Amino acid sequence: MSALSFRNVWVEYGAQIVLERINLEIAAGTFLSVVGPSGAGKSTFLRLILGQERPSQGAVLLDGEPFPAEPGSDRGIVFQRYSVFPHLTVLGNVLISYEFERPLTARLFGAARREAIEKSEAMIEAVGLADHRDKYPSALSGGMQQRLAIAQALAKRPRVLLLDEPFGALDPGTRTQMHELIKPLWRELKMTIVMVTHDIREAFGLATRLIALDRPRRDPQAQERYGAKITYDLDLTRDGAVPVLGFLKTSAGNG
Amino acid sequence: MNIAPTRGSGIILSAIPFVLIALIYILGSAERRAANPEDKLLPPISEMAGTTQRLATQPDRRSGEYVLWTDTAASLQRLVLGLGISTLIGLAFGLSVGLLPIAGATFGTFVAVISMIPPMAVLPILFIVFGLGELSKVVLIIIGVAPCLIRDMSIEVRGMPREQLIKAQTLGASTWQVAIRVVLPQIMPKLIKSVRLMLGPAFLFLISAEAIAADVGLGYRIFLVRRYLSMDVILPYVAWITLLAFVFDFLLGLFARKAFPWAYTEEAR
Repeated sequence: MSALSFRNVWVEYGAQIVLERINLEIAAGTFLSVVGPSGAGKSTFLRLILGQERPSQGAVLLDGEPFPAEPGSDRGIVFQRYSVFPHLTVLGNVLISYEFERPLTARLFGAARREAIEKSEAMIEAVGLADHRDKYPSALSGGMQQRLAIAQALAKRPRVLLLDEPFGALDPGTRTQMHELIKPLWRELKMTIVMVTHDIREAFGLATRLIALDRPRRDPQAQERYGAKITYDLDLTRDGAVPVLGFLKTSAGNG
Repeated sequence: MNIAPTRGSGIILSAIPFVLIALIYILGSAERRAANPEDKLLPPISEMAGTTQRLATQPDRRSGEYVLWTDTAASLQRLVLGLGISTLIGLAFGLSVGLLPIAGATFGTFVAVISMIPPMAVLPILFIVFGLGELSKVVLIIIGVAPCLIRDMSIEVRGMPREQLIKAQTLGASTWQVAIRVVLPQIMPKLIKSVRLMLGPAFLFLISAEAIAADVGLGYRIFLVRRYLSMDVILPYVAWITLLAFVFDFLLGLFARKAFPWAYTEEAR
């Protein structure tokens, strides 16, 4: 469980300002949803936490410490697509995260391997893929692939789990199943989750906190001169009906 | 467009062109023989079979060697060495150029330029530098094949979804580990595909080098007996080379399917 802080973060690509003056404290154990129109910097926001991108100004801190500007095992991620390795079986996909602990060979043998297989099988069991352990991802449905991606991302117990529109490509029924899967896992493992999504119901239904990114100011002559800011920051933990953006939390949260 | 042959009729259909060619050849050969019993251009099948048998089972009167087999062994050794080394170079460089931006910036353009050099044009240089022995022939194959493999592999690596590389890093993988556990296995099917395609050029370079300077080898033999218009040797040799290339291609394909089943599940459906 880890806290994230954004201190006066700006992201600029040349003249284009993507994010401006983001100040945000994300408490440990938060399930944060990030919503906003396309091009409002949601993915950039996620890449900042991932370490794939550096802020032009300001700092992103994990538990008060700056972290290296490259992806690492303290932050797990599930992408919308291409999250699993097509050349490994379901078991191999989870096992490989333990195998990366061997720097040179990235393979485990003997007792260490058996132990890692047991841990992997427990993860696979937890996401309900136990019957498909020896299948390759190409033989799995989209929903099953995303379950596998979640199992894989959770195997190393990341301090922060990032979800980049993880259920965007799934049909509504499967999506609901995935919601029922992720919520108990989040409670059980006590992670901080940051989820970028286009699905407003999903954003309200799962999260304990929601932020919306948008560009509040527009210059018709130079669209790129104003970046996106946090336009709404909602606490969804309080019980009862909280009227926000014309939605009622109870009616939106039941999905 | 929607009429597909069944398995049995497919085999018959695929045999038709071969049978036709053989038929045309036999008719032509018989006709020329009838006009001129000394004709050398289209020798009858029986004569070719006799010559092949002599080359394969009887020791040569002068050297005491079984010509067909010594030629085949010499040529295959050169081919396998050349292709094998090219494959290793292609894999190692292609992977680094594709995966590491610094290696890409350093070698990317260089490889693109090198691969444009016509290998046959540098053959004289190879003969001068490496002598007329085995080395120059192997190096010719490498120069002809390796740059193409490097480019193929680096393009393949660059074409991999970024998400996978990032995901691997979030699972704690270092650059080296990503290279050997994520990238390498995934480009292997493509590598084998590329090597299969490069079999033709590799044989071309081999036979050219042998034709110009060698004392044994399939290409050497063909160009040696050319002086005597010995079509009864040349035609079986060409058929033999074709068969060898075909078998190589087939075995590589079989190996790829067995070793990397995940890459072929799409086709199996």
